[in-house]
Amino acid sequence: MVSEKQILRVALIGNPNSGKSTLFNALTGLNQKTGNYAGVTVDKLEGFFNFENNAIPYKIKVLDLPGTYSLHFKSLDEEVAIKTLLSDKEKTDVVVVVLDSTNLKRNLLLATQAIDLGLKTVLVLNLIDEAKEQNIFIDTPRLKELLGTEIIEVDSRNKTGIENLKKAIVYAEIPKAHFIDLNNSVSLKSKVLEQFILKDADKTAFLEWEENEKIERFKKIKYITSVCVKSPQKMKLKVSSQKIDRVLTHPFFGYATLLTVLFVIFQFIFYVAEYPMAWIEMLFLQIGSTIKETFSEGVFRDLVSDGIISGVSGVMMFIPQIALLFLFIALLEDSGYMSRAGFLTDKLMRKVGLNGRSVIPLLSATACAVPSIMSTRTISNFKDRIITIFVLPLVSCSARLPVYTLLISLMFPDKIVGGVFNLKGLALFSLYLLGFIFTFITAFALKKLLKTKEASHYIMEMPVYRIPQLKSVLLTVYNKVKVFVVDAGKIIVAISIVLWFMSNYGPGNAMEEIEKKYAHAEYPHVGVADSNYYTEFIAAKKLEASYIGVLGKAIEPVIRPLGYDWKIGIAIITSFAAREVFVGTMSTIYGATGGDDVESIKTRLLNERDESGNIKYTIAVCCSLLIFYVFAMQCISTIAVVKRETKSWKWPAIQLVYLTTLAYLGAWLTYVLLS
Amino acid sequence: MLKPLSDLKAGEQAVIAELKESPYKARLLDMGCIPGEEVELSKTAPLGCPFAIYVAGYELSLRKNEAENVLVEVLN
Repeated sequence: MVSEKQILRVALIGNPNSGKSTLFNALTGLNQKTGNYAGVTVDKLEGFFNFENNAIPYKIKVLDLPGTYSLHFKSLDEEVAIKTLLSDKEKTDVVVVVLDSTNLKRNLLLATQAIDLGLKTVLVLNLIDEAKEQNIFIDTPRLKELLGTEIIEVDSRNKTGIENLKKAIVYAEIPKAHFIDLNNSVSLKSKVLEQFILKDADKTAFLEWEENEKIERFKKIKYITSVCVKSPQKMKLKVSSQKIDRVLTHPFFGYATLLTVLFVIFQFIFYVAEYPMAWIEMLFLQIGSTIKETFSEGVFRDLVSDGIISGVSGVMMFIPQIALLFLFIALLEDSGYMSRAGFLTDKLMRKVGLNGRSVIPLLSATACAVPSIMSTRTISNFKDRIITIFVLPLVSCSARLPVYTLLISLMFPDKIVGGVFNLKGLALFSLYLLGFIFTFITAFALKKLLKTKEASHYIMEMPVYRIPQLKSVLLTVYNKVKVFVVDAGKIIVAISIVLWFMSNYGPGNAMEEIEKKYAHAEYPHVGVADSNYYTEFIAAKKLEASYIGVLGKAIEPVIRPLGYDWKIGIAIITSFAAREVFVGTMSTIYGATGGDDVESIKTRLLNERDESGNIKYTIAVCCSLLIFYVFAMQCISTIAVVKRETKSWKWPAIQLVYLTTLAYLGAWLTYVLLS
Repeated sequence: MLKPLSDLKAGEQAVIAELKESPYKARLLDMGCIPGEEVELSKTAPLGCPFAIYVAGYELSLRKNEAENVLVEVLN
C-alpha cells in the first residue's frame, strides 16, 4: 500500500550572509522555482525535497524568505519575509532559522524573536566549521537547553548536518518557553502584525516599544553567549580576512583591484559573450531556413520561420551575457568581495543618487541594459535600486554601436585631429560620455524627487571572505537565466511577432500589388540582369507598403522637426526590437545590396538627395539621429526586463515616456542648432 | 567624554553609550549596536566614508551620517 505523502511547509529565515541561500540550495537542489509575491518586487524562491521517516513519506516544501535582521521590518524585503512567515493563507508549519555560528550574538536577535512566535521551530547553527577554525566553540546542548528548542549544526559545505536537519524538521516542536516575556496580555505575533496596520500617530510609541524589546533581548543574549560561546578574540574577526582587506580596501591597491575586476567582467560580457551569441544566432538561422525548405510556402510557415524563430532567437541571444554576468556577480557576492566594492565606491556613487552597489550594474550596462537591470537585485535599498534601474538604459550599450558607427562614418572622414585623435573615435567617445552624464543627472534628480518610506542607508555587514560554493553559484546563474527566458522572454517574443507581422504585411492586398506592379520589365532601372538588385528593390517597396511603412509615414509630421523623413521613421519603429535593427532596416529601405554591411549602406545614404537635390544625410540630420539613439529607450527587451524586475508596468512606462521625451527634445535641439 | 563613533581613529576602541534619535536607530539596534557594547573602528574607506567597525563579533559598515548618531566613550 502506498500511503499518502505528508506535506510540511517550511519557512527558511535568517540574517543576510548567514548562508541561508546556500542551505536552501543544498536542501532542494534543482527542485526550485522562482515566483512572485503579490504586488512587490521581491522574488519568491520555493523548493521542495522528499523525506521518509519511519516509513512515512514526506514532501517538504521550503520557502526561502528574503534575509531579515529582525521581525520589525525596516525594508521592503523584510516586510515581505515577515508577512509571508505569518500569513494565514499559506500557513507555515515549521520555521527554520539559519544562524551564522561565527556571529551568533547578532543572529540570535531574530532567532529569539522567532522562538517567541509560538511556531514549531528549528535553529540551524550554520558554518559551524568556520566557527571552529576561528576557535569559537559553541556549547550546543547547553544552548538548546537555554533556548528550549531544537538546534542542528551544519557546516559551510552543507555536507554534515543536512540529514539531521531534515529529520529535525519532521520532529519540530513549539519552543518550551518564551525567550522574553512581554506584557502578559500581548503575544509577539500580534505585536509584529500590528506593524502592518500602524497609524502615523502610533508610530513613535511603537518604535519605543520595539527598541526596548530589542535591548531586553540583547541583554539576555549577552548572558547566554557568555555561558555557551567561548571565543578567543573579543571583537576581532578572522585574521585572514583582515589581512586581505588591508590590500583590497587600500587607497591604491584597493582601487587597482576593483578596476581589474571590472575590466575582466567587461571583457567577458562584451567580447567573450560574442562567440556563444553568434553560435545561437547561427543555430536559429539554420532552424529558420530548414523550416522554410521543409514546408510549403504560406503565412503560417513564414510566421514560424521568420516571426517566432527570430523572436525566440532574440531572447536566447541574451543568455550568454546574462549567464556570464551572474557568474561573476555570484562569485563576487558569495566571496564577500561585493561588499568591498561597495565600500570603496559608495561615497562617489552616493553623490549622484546611486549607491556603492550600483557600480557593477553601471559597468555591465555598457554591454547590455538587460542583464545589468537584472543585476540590480544586489542593491537592497528599494529607492536606490529603482533609481539605478531607471537610469541604466541611458548608458550606451553595445546595440547602439552599429548605429553610432554608421552615422559617424556618414559625417566624418578618417581624419586625425590635434595630432593624435581620430575624429570618429572622438565622436564615439563623446556619445558614451553624453550617455553617462545624463545617467548621473537623472539619478541625481530622482534622488531628490522620489519619496519612499524606506530611508537610504548603508548599515550593512561586511562579511568575512569565503570561498564560493560552485553548486550554489551555478544554481544562481541557472535561476537567473530561467527567470529571464520565462518572464521577460514571452513579452519579447510577443512584441517581435507583432513587429514582424507589421513589416511583412500591409493593409488590403498591398503586398500583391507591389509584386504585380514591378513584375513587368517596363521599369527601366529594374535590371533583369541584376536579380539581386531586383530583389532588394522589391523588398524596399514592400517595406514601404507594409503596416510599418504606413506607420512610418503617419509619424512623419511628428519627426520632421528632427530632420527625419518617413524612411527614418520606419527604421526608428523597427529598431524597437533592438537598436541595431536600425542599420538593417535602413539597408532594406534604401535597397542596398550588401545586407547589414556598413559600406554599401553608407554609399547609398551619401548619394541620397532630397527633393531640391541637396545632400539628405547632412551633419545636422546625422547628429540629430545620434542624439536620439543616445537617449531613446528603443528596446523591447529592456522594457520587458524592467517590467519583470519592478513587477509592474508603471516603471517601464514612466521610463519610456521620460527617455523618449529626452531623445525627442535633444534631437530637435541638435537639428535646429546645426542646420 | 562622549564623542560620535565617526570621530574614532582606526584601531581605537570604545563602548557605545547612547544612540541618538534618528531614522537609523532601529536598524542600528538590529545590527547589535546597543548601549554597553564594545566597538572598534576597523577602517575608513579611502574616500573618507563609509566606515567599518567591529561590533558584536563581526564587521559592520556604515556611512558617516549614520555613525554620527552613535555616541561612544573611548576606552584607554
